[in-house]
Amino acid sequence: MAKRAAPEVNAGSMADIAFLLLIFFLVTTTIETDSGINRKLPPMEESEEDVVIKQRNIFTVLLNGKDQLLVEDELMELEDLRAAAVEFLDNGGDGSCDYCQGKKDGSSSDNPDKAIISLKNERETTYKTYIAVQNELVAAYNELRDTRAQALYGKSFAEMQADYKDVNWPGNKENLKAKIDQIKVDYPQKLSEVQ
Amino acid sequence: MSKFKKKKGGDMPAVNTASLPDIVFMLLFFFMVATVMRQNTLKIENNLPFADQVEKLDKKDLVMYIYAGKPSANYTQYGKEARIQLNDDFASVKDVAAFIAAERASKREELIPFLTTALKVDSDANMGLIGDIKQELRKVNALKINYTTKKGSVLGRE
Repeated sequence: MAKRAAPEVNAGSMADIAFLLLIFFLVTTTIETDSGINRKLPPMEESEEDVVIKQRNIFTVLLNGKDQLLVEDELMELEDLRAAAVEFLDNGGDGSCDYCQGKKDGSSSDNPDKAIISLKNERETTYKTYIAVQNELVAAYNELRDTRAQALYGKSFAEMQADYKDVNWPGNKENLKAKIDQIKVDYPQKLSEVQ
Repeated sequence: MSKFKKKKGGDMPAVNTASLPDIVFMLLFFFMVATVMRQNTLKIENNLPFADQVEKLDKKDLVMYIYAGKPSANYTQYGKEARIQLNDDFASVKDVAAFIAAERASKREELIPFLTTALKVDSDANMGLIGDIKQELRKVNALKINYTTKKGSVLGRE
């Protein structure tokens, strides 16, 4: 029997088929965004006793219906908000915070643990401005935490968190978790929203 | 000097398209991998705001999505004010509680404390609506929320 060569499959239409699939996926693709600013809402039950907080420990941020920003009773631009929040949080007025680098101003916050940022918005405030303000306030906290982490462990806070999430990270996770928690204790995120 | 005379009037050689399928396949695979099939058909405009201090939502199946924004061009009969969308349809503020209950019922019991509510809100919506949603979420004790944003600078966005 003579050996017959197998007939070659005609692959000319392969490109067409691939194109068809490609166009289908191109049309259906939506690159979904799945990142954002995480927040925790306060629970519903109100505690009856009123907590007395000193006025100097509250950093009031007011957003009006025209998207204007009023910080500590003064008009402010969004660009300056982060620096102002950092200055307030890192003030360390009562001297109990030995890592604070602020001015130790008596009329500003006592220490980062007591300092509270209070954010109030009106119904007409647009969402993007609200997010921008939230973002700047979170950035202020992150900035302080980064500095603290650099000073303590020679790594930024963001890096430490990335390491903690990374499955392939070789170090000791328990240790790292303790370190992260320590920084969170040093600069707790106290951001309250007024209804 | 006819030795160096160029061929004149010769046909242009055809472009070799043999690698075209390969290129197309490469693109195809990219889009196949990157595609996320949309769960909900949006009836609203959903142009998310920008932020740069973002965290990633890690578990996709533990996220409940609440959309809000003004009705898109095809649905102008629903007015121009921002509205809430749950699943595939417009909803009102008081439907949020039922939606959360339904979402919780569809998940395994031990996962319920880890559920996060992602608010995908159009940047031009006003905070009154968001405040109402947040109030509803507090009532049903769904306290973990995430303001979904695009990654980008806040200040240079306009």
